[in-house]
Amino acid sequence: MAVDRLLLIALILPFAGSIVAGFLPAGARNAAALLAGTIALIGTAILIAAYPALPGGGILRYDIEWLPSLGLNLSVRLDGLSWLFGFLILAIGALVVLYARYYMSAEDPVPRFFSFFLAFMGSMLGLVLSGNLVQMAFFWELTSLFSFLLIGYWHQNQSARDGARIALITTGAGGVCLLLGILIIGRIVGSYDIDRILASENLIRSSGLYMPALLLILIGAFTKSAQVPFHFWLPHAMAAPTPVSAYLHSATMVKAGIFVLMRLWPVLAGTDEWYFIVSSTGLATLLVGAWAAIFQQDLKGLLAYSTISHLGLITLLLGLGSPLAAVAAIFHTVNHATFKASLFMATGIIDHETGTRDLRRLSGLYRYMPITATLAMVAAAAMAGVPLLNGFLSKEMFLAEALAEHSGTFVDQLLPVIATLASAFAVLYSIRFIHQTFFGPPPVDLPRQPEEAPLWMRVPIEVLVLACLVIGIVPALTIGPFLATAVQSVLGDRTPVYSLAIWHGFNAPMLMSLTALVAGTVLYLLFRDRLNAMKRSPVIGRLKGRKTFEAVLAVIVAGARWLEALFGTRRLQPQLRVLVCLALIAGLLPFVRFDYRPGPLPVTLLDPSFAVVWLLGAACAIGAAWQAKYHRLAALILTSGAGLATCISFIWLSAPDLGVTQLLVEIVTTVLLLLGLRWLPKRVPDHWPEARVPVQVGLRRSTDLLVAVAAGLGMALVSYAVMTRPLPHSISRYFMEHAYFEGGGTNVVNVILVDFRGFDTLGEITVLGIVALTVFALLRRFRPAAESVASPVQQREQTASDHASPDRAVGDTVADYMLAPKVIMEWLFPVIIVFSLYLLLRGHDSPGGGFGAGIVMSIAILIQYMARGTRQVELLLSIRPLRWIGAGLLCAALTGAGASLFGYPFLTSFFSYIAVPGVGTVPAASAVLFDFGVFGLVVGATVLILIALAHQSIRIPRAPADEPKASLPASEGGAA
Amino acid sequence: MEIVLALGIGIFTASGIWLLFRPRTFQVIIGLCLLSYAVNLFILAMGRLRMDAPPIIERGVAVDPSQYADPLPQALVLTAIVISFATTALLLVVLLASRGQTGTDHVDGEEKDGEP
Repeated sequence: MAVDRLLLIALILPFAGSIVAGFLPAGARNAAALLAGTIALIGTAILIAAYPALPGGGILRYDIEWLPSLGLNLSVRLDGLSWLFGFLILAIGALVVLYARYYMSAEDPVPRFFSFFLAFMGSMLGLVLSGNLVQMAFFWELTSLFSFLLIGYWHQNQSARDGARIALITTGAGGVCLLLGILIIGRIVGSYDIDRILASENLIRSSGLYMPALLLILIGAFTKSAQVPFHFWLPHAMAAPTPVSAYLHSATMVKAGIFVLMRLWPVLAGTDEWYFIVSSTGLATLLVGAWAAIFQQDLKGLLAYSTISHLGLITLLLGLGSPLAAVAAIFHTVNHATFKASLFMATGIIDHETGTRDLRRLSGLYRYMPITATLAMVAAAAMAGVPLLNGFLSKEMFLAEALAEHSGTFVDQLLPVIATLASAFAVLYSIRFIHQTFFGPPPVDLPRQPEEAPLWMRVPIEVLVLACLVIGIVPALTIGPFLATAVQSVLGDRTPVYSLAIWHGFNAPMLMSLTALVAGTVLYLLFRDRLNAMKRSPVIGRLKGRKTFEAVLAVIVAGARWLEALFGTRRLQPQLRVLVCLALIAGLLPFVRFDYRPGPLPVTLLDPSFAVVWLLGAACAIGAAWQAKYHRLAALILTSGAGLATCISFIWLSAPDLGVTQLLVEIVTTVLLLLGLRWLPKRVPDHWPEARVPVQVGLRRSTDLLVAVAAGLGMALVSYAVMTRPLPHSISRYFMEHAYFEGGGTNVVNVILVDFRGFDTLGEITVLGIVALTVFALLRRFRPAAESVASPVQQREQTASDHASPDRAVGDTVADYMLAPKVIMEWLFPVIIVFSLYLLLRGHDSPGGGFGAGIVMSIAILIQYMARGTRQVELLLSIRPLRWIGAGLLCAALTGAGASLFGYPFLTSFFSYIAVPGVGTVPAASAVLFDFGVFGLVVGATVLILIALAHQSIRIPRAPADEPKASLPASEGGAA
Repeated sequence: MEIVLALGIGIFTASGIWLLFRPRTFQVIIGLCLLSYAVNLFILAMGRLRMDAPPIIERGVAVDPSQYADPLPQALVLTAIVISFATTALLLVVLLASRGQTGTDHVDGEEKDGEP
């Protein structure tokens, strides 16, 4: 397999492993560690295998098209820089896994830890291997997310939860800025592809959008890399398990920001803005971090601030903008990762073995753990920049760069002094770390008796310390080629000549280094006791990043609450008002801009009877609106009047199918609402105090009326304007021309429904079925209001009159009150069924079709319910609406699927004419079968809804003595 | 014809929206019914007004689409009619259930002061 594909596997494996680890049992510590370690090692091996393609500026790419039209592909891209970072991520990852296996307690759910860990590793790897910037931002967000989970791993601790939350919000907010910056860059360049962006150096720098893009990307990078003033999250993240700190704050998380700065260095660096912002931020971070590290009493806190300081150093180097400084930055990134990871691990061992990380309580541990102590000393020496160690080399490069001329401003003059000072601080806190912990009198009153750590817990540190030493002594033979490849990939033609050697002669940087070493040692000797007594860092100790953060957060939350209170409501009416008013404004805007004008089309001659129909229709609608509150039955009848006007208009305006369907639906809707009326409360007219409507209510009503009239007027104006304009060409033309020749029907509306747009219809009947089932389900648990439970007044009066007359039995009046209509209705049953089938069969060629026929069929059943009463009907007829629904949907779907038997796409229809003896030629289109499905479903859905509602009147647990209690047949439709 | 239909649509819309703003569930249901009439007619009107020209074509003859009413809005409205029945039923049942549980037929499930 090609190496570029292997890269994809290296990227996918951690995520796959994360899922697997997530499903391991909570006690499977070894299995999870083995899985994580194996994945990290496989990834490392793949990277090593890919390396030979890279020296000399080689790039490996593997693209998978995702949204090529938007220029978004999944692309894995490996060059020198991403190789170096990827190697650190995977190799240090493997060591941390080994360390964590021994560090994590068996009581913790360790597989979950490794699951998060693997996902985080994959995210980091995805970040450095991204071939386009959007993808990079995506993985960037993932690292924020998984670091949140890792920092908050011990979620039972308040400090862990806080630390995780602060880190997530800070880096997440930075992530948003980064994404915005990336989008701007993408807009400038016209592509998110890294190779294209790296080739558009001048375009980006000369763009007017350079400044916003730069600022946004820098905010993203600075939050992630804990630069001042966003550094406060990092010390809080120390609540994480130490392996997490060792990983996140050496090789990964915080280096993500550095990576982005390096990645975009070729196109963004070199301007004055870059120089001032990046170098001053780096400088401030370098000093603040080093200064604060001196005064920490917690070992991990010391390392956290030292990390901030070193990140500041790298940022400063990148900010200087010179190629040599960039080389130093890349080199120092590697060195910092190695010595900081080992120091964190050593701290973890100390914590593990003694039970405390407090520098004031620790003392003389060398005699208990000489190996760990030695390892920590070497690593701390590397951190301090002692010769023969890797930290010394990159610090030398840094000092040399500090001396070089960059901008000619006072920053340049100041830089050597500050660099020496910060180096002295680094020496000071490194010595304090070592001396306080390992030397001095034996410790007293430790929570645990310290002893040497287990062998396998030390191995990762040994490997890293060995790396520090080897790189420090023979840099050109070890890190040299890899560094060169990475530098080449960033700087390209501008790669400077540099030398990796321990001895460059006795020069100025050497002098500064020695000064720092001596000064740091002297300062420690002078102030060690006073340092132990310090509670917080002088000068900057008052600046509480966290307090500011919480205050800002509180303001944001309060603002959100205020907005919610201002604009949010749980009440329906204000929401509807806002909705309608917004629609009104949206509808008004075009009128305001282009003014209103009727079209040029001559109007159709008005038929007076049409005007009469609409006069009645309008009166009905207004009457319904007026009466809907106190006279529901009247309102319902008036609504039907309006519906009738609609229905007549449909027929008048050449839409016979609509007319038929509307008429039929009108019937079932009326029955439906009539059934519902039974359960609504009795409404008595309002009795306002002082017998008049309050001003507030009157005002609200008039506003509503005004909005309603405005909406009506708008609709009228818009529809008039449209109707008087010529019809543009639309897809209808195609439907008309092909209805017969391709759909086999002459009723074009029906052909559209069951053939051309059959898939839409399938969706619609599915919705219909779902709604019917929902209604059915809702009614199964229906609890009517107490006042509606009793028999209606009319029934009670009839029963009372039956009681009163000695010659009548209870129920006689009810039994006979509809005798004549009942006989007619019963006899109509077969007639209506035949009519329904007639409508169904002719639907393809003439008005009719599945929808109409289905409703007719349900009306036939409905009428039987009216004539005989629910119980009688269900004794005689077995109506199973659920089966109708199922069969209908199945028929429609199978007809559609049948096309695939003949190799056509879903719902392709077939038609021909068959001569049936005695009947003549009959159209036989597969679409007709589809219509049968529609028919079945509509019957089932309508009947199910109506019967379920009708059943509510007889299922009630009232069963008073005056009503005959019939045993109900088991029916699917009723929830009896 | 156009002006009558346009006015009709407008009156239906206005009545429907007025009812939509009312606090009682039955008013809202009636309002939605009226509004759906208005919208269906409006969609039909998008195909312009044609009389005596239903989109039922002759068999096997090349068709002149300009001789028929536009079938597309009709197809859209046809399914809308059936679906609006279903949604009316759903709304009715939800409101009845809410009435059963809260004891009121106010749309918010609770009586508001000064808003009968």
